[in-house]
Amino acid sequence: MRIGFLHSLIRKDEKLLLEEFRKRDGVELMMLDDRKLIFDLQSRPEVDIVLERCINHSRAMHGLRLLESVGIPCINTSEVARICGDKILSSLALKEAGVAQPALRIAFTEQSALTAIDEIGYPVVLKPAVGSWGRLLSKVNDREAAESILEHKAILGSYHHSIFYIQKYVEKEGRDIRSFVVGDTCIAAIYRSSEHWITNTALGGTATGCPVNDEIAEISLRAANAVGGGVVAVDLFETPGGLLVNEVNYTMEFKNSIDTTGVNIPAKIVDYVLEYAP
Amino acid sequence: MAKCPVCDGDVPLEADIVVGELLECPDCGSELEILKVEPLALGEAPETEEDWGE
Repeated sequence: MRIGFLHSLIRKDEKLLLEEFRKRDGVELMMLDDRKLIFDLQSRPEVDIVLERCINHSRAMHGLRLLESVGIPCINTSEVARICGDKILSSLALKEAGVAQPALRIAFTEQSALTAIDEIGYPVVLKPAVGSWGRLLSKVNDREAAESILEHKAILGSYHHSIFYIQKYVEKEGRDIRSFVVGDTCIAAIYRSSEHWITNTALGGTATGCPVNDEIAEISLRAANAVGGGVVAVDLFETPGGLLVNEVNYTMEFKNSIDTTGVNIPAKIVDYVLEYAP
Repeated sequence: MAKCPVCDGDVPLEADIVVGELLECPDCGSELEILKVEPLALGEAPETEEDWGE
């Protein structure tokens, strides 16, 4: 079986996946570096399936769509990438599937964004619709800060930054939960803890094991299915009213979660790819 | 062992390096990328772009 490995930089996560593929009998890897690929809408790389591990969302989404167009099954699909890569599309998918998420508003001008923030109540979190690793998130505690941040985004940012995604701030007591879904199973979860309100491990949050109970498994699978399923990581907030889905990530990073959870996450992903391949 | 293209310090290499792999120079802390395995070539890793992430 020939596995196309769609990538750019090879981080520890990709290295672990490559090591796992190389342990398997009958698997041949074809490295597809997105910095070198040229698509002509006709040619088909000689692979049976593609696993996407790009670091750029835009390259991943378009690369997957181009590969699908020549008949190659991809994990994840371009549609999953399109939805998960855009917080507005993700929130719509969650809402349409009836999956609980924090209150939010979307607005397209500074003035309507201010009105929306006043309506939802301080504090709120302003997020770029496309972005990751906790970058460019703003916790807005009052109207003066809101006016300043909205003006900066509108003037200094590209047009993307004037699509205002406003999420009600959820007091998470210093931690959130990240769960890992592969196919129809929630295989593991971690707590991400930080003294900072942003708990992403990319910004220094620490990972500890979190037992996967029925509530975590159920909402994680429902969130994964809402965006199209596959291999995803789901970020959850614990609230008195139950778990809320903050985000669903489609090129999930897991290197800090293997020892923490005791689950061989790359092996589970490789098993899924090999099962899914035609 | 390879030489860091930024500070000329020694950068240890694992046996199973691959093109595109990220390394950190233990001397200067620069993030490096393996550009070629045979012959070995290291370069500075690209800067983070706006749509990088998970």
